[in-house]
Amino acid sequence: MKKNLKGRFALIVAVLLVCIYGIFGIPSGLGGSALLKAMTKRIHLGLDLQGGAHLILQVQVQDAVNDETNNALVSLEQDLKKANVSYSHVIKPDPKNPGLVEVDGVPPANSGAARTVFDTKFSNDYDINPEANGTYTLTMKPTVRHDLEQRTVNQAIETIRDRVDALGVSEPEIAPYIGQNQILVELPGISNLDQVKNLISETARLEIHPVVGGPYPNEQAAAQSVGGTVPPEDEVLPFSGTIGNREGADQYYVLQRLAVVAGSQFRSADPGNNPDTGQLTVNFTLTNEAGVKFYDYTKANVGNPMAVVMGGTVREVATIKGPIHDQGLIEGGFTRDEVDALSKLLRTGSLPASLTYLEQRAVGASLGADSVHEGVTAAIVGMLAVLAFMLIYYRGAGINADLALIFNLIILLGFLGWSSAMGVTATLTLPGIAGVILTIGMGVDSNVLIFERIREEMRAGKAASAAVDQGFAHAWITIVDTHVTTMVSAAILFMFGTGPVKGFATTLFFGLLANLFTAVFVSRTIFDAHLNKMKPGEMVSI
Amino acid sequence: MEFFRSPNVNWLGWKWYFLSFSLIFSVAGLISMGWHWAHIGSPIPLGVDFRGGTEVTVQFSSPPDIAAIRKAMDAAGYRDEKIQSIRGEGETNQALISLPERQNEANLDVDRQAVIGALQQNYSSNPFDPSKDVQLSVVGPTVGRQLQEKAIQATLLSLAGMLVYLWFRFQLIYGVAAVVACFHDTLITVGAFALTGQEISLTVVAAILTLIGYSMNDTIVVFDRIRENLRLSRRETLPDVVNRSINQTLSRTVLTSGLTFLTVLSLYIFGGQVLRGFSFALVVGILIGTYSSIAIAAPMLVAWQEWRARQGKAAVLPVAKRART
Repeated sequence: MKKNLKGRFALIVAVLLVCIYGIFGIPSGLGGSALLKAMTKRIHLGLDLQGGAHLILQVQVQDAVNDETNNALVSLEQDLKKANVSYSHVIKPDPKNPGLVEVDGVPPANSGAARTVFDTKFSNDYDINPEANGTYTLTMKPTVRHDLEQRTVNQAIETIRDRVDALGVSEPEIAPYIGQNQILVELPGISNLDQVKNLISETARLEIHPVVGGPYPNEQAAAQSVGGTVPPEDEVLPFSGTIGNREGADQYYVLQRLAVVAGSQFRSADPGNNPDTGQLTVNFTLTNEAGVKFYDYTKANVGNPMAVVMGGTVREVATIKGPIHDQGLIEGGFTRDEVDALSKLLRTGSLPASLTYLEQRAVGASLGADSVHEGVTAAIVGMLAVLAFMLIYYRGAGINADLALIFNLIILLGFLGWSSAMGVTATLTLPGIAGVILTIGMGVDSNVLIFERIREEMRAGKAASAAVDQGFAHAWITIVDTHVTTMVSAAILFMFGTGPVKGFATTLFFGLLANLFTAVFVSRTIFDAHLNKMKPGEMVSI
Repeated sequence: MEFFRSPNVNWLGWKWYFLSFSLIFSVAGLISMGWHWAHIGSPIPLGVDFRGGTEVTVQFSSPPDIAAIRKAMDAAGYRDEKIQSIRGEGETNQALISLPERQNEANLDVDRQAVIGALQQNYSSNPFDPSKDVQLSVVGPTVGRQLQEKAIQATLLSLAGMLVYLWFRFQLIYGVAAVVACFHDTLITVGAFALTGQEISLTVVAAILTLIGYSMNDTIVVFDRIRENLRLSRRETLPDVVNRSINQTLSRTVLTSGLTFLTVLSLYIFGGQVLRGFSFALVVGILIGTYSSIAIAAPMLVAWQEWRARQGKAAVLPVAKRART
């Protein structure tokens, strides 16, 4: 009984082509190195194979809470004074509880006025509790505090990402990590931990300087404008644009060396627009202390330009339109991109809280290359051993199993190649290569199950095609059982594992999935094709 | 070619030998774990992933002289007790220097820089490039603890998941027997680590979870056959059915284990130092996993049946009464 196998063969060839494309993309040539290059572009290697740095940082969010309540403290004092409420102190009584502010010594006569001050400005964010003897405690509301902590972590992530960009790493990963307020930073290709840590921890790289003159086409012209040589209290800096990419745009400014505002004094900066003019703006707030200083400066310099300086270049120049206290906006014919970039710049000018390093790992490029070499050697040796054995032990059917195994490998690599194209990270790590090796061993199990059953049926006297039928039918259930249990293991490993172990779980899972297809469908098709060609009464070579 | 044409071994007859063998190794493993617990505070040596600390692997340009490295570290103030281990690898020119955990994450950084500095200054005869030839792991106590918790959760969840799956597919007693067999495998494998003094890292835990899955596979194949044979045969006793099932699946069992063992052996020999613990766990685990399906899981089924018979309860597994002679 001949079966129609054209459809099945077409499916197999289609899957093969799709996977090969997944692995190689469209390679530039067919030589060994071109193929290798195409493959490494599609299949991402983990840090343990390509070398790189891996850091887990914890954001000390209580720093941000402290900053916020310090600010509130200064504000409170000013407001209470303005409302003529007398008090003995406004303090933060417990260093372990940064969200708590205490006002004591308010005489009963002023309690009404005091309550008004608290209610108008602070009741949104703080729970206000009157205690005995004219003492009031203000505790930051838990939801407010949680929001603040979240924002701090997100801002830290943004800042780190911005700084890491300067390293020019391709595909860095900076993301929240499982623990409390933890961030994961992975940088392929960089293995100098000190360099990375210094870069991340740089503080206050951003400053605002008064502009003396500019723009000038080159440094000489800039110097000429201040009389030939640049005086010690000034400096000449190039302009690199808000997005920081207009290097060498031939614009130089003369600035005062002393900054008016430092990056750490920006509390927030967001894009917005001016309802009066309809223009896009950057709305920012400073700390109270900085606000006082800034007010004095801006009041005295209405109409003058000031420059935002970061990383040794001028990023933006804006004209002071009026005195700015601690809340202001910067406006200047910005596009959407420029407004977003400038806000980000001001936000990421300094880290919102200090960072501690919980874990640091680095793999040098040569050690990574060694690992690749070792892993691939082990895989090839293992695979050859299995292929050879199957051929010797099962003869003709062994070819069948070998083809299925090779196909299995191609599908598995195809999965890895496609997953990165679809945006899901499935990186190949050293345990991942071990997973591939394991899949080869476990994959061949399915074939063994089927072949042993076929041999048994033939020993019991069944004809070739009946034996093959029975072999596949009986083995199918067991194959599903065994694959599902190991795949469940792999899924759990993927959920609970980190980095390299995730890579292992991925290759194991996909390998077994691929095996379900090849061991049964592909194997069966090849058997059937062979059976079609056999004469009646002929035995299967197994 | 065929190794086992029609084997007919009385496996259940060997059950006391099997039991003794398992007991000896389990007890040896437990004693070794107890010894470790008394000496280092944990039943098996923990890798840097779990215990925290600093580990530096350096690839030198020529084979490293361990004594000289120790002297170099000494000179930098890291006396012998502070250094956990310096191991040289035979084939490559690598050395692994391991420093113990610190309470404070900041101090770990100091250790890391000190090691590289000490090697460069005091062992300059054997140069290396710190940006390419070094692998560092610096793990603080917070992350170490987090990882331990996750590893335990993953293992327990895995075992529970399998038990549930087996409950669906087979009767409960099959599931229990299979889980007991897996537990036995894990115990002996972990015992092997304790006995040989190897460290457990996260990849080793991954290997152990994998071999649990593998041992379960193996047991399922035998159980599937037992169940099939019980359905077909109405005249055999349970021990006879079990023996026959094992004999029928013997070829497949030995072959699969053999082939998977081949691949894992290749990994152990060629896979390099990073995967050594992982491949060791699998080498031991695959051998024991295969053994346990025949020696532990199957006899357990029969023993359970006989225990119930002695209690006067009905047989859980369908089987004929003993044939009248």
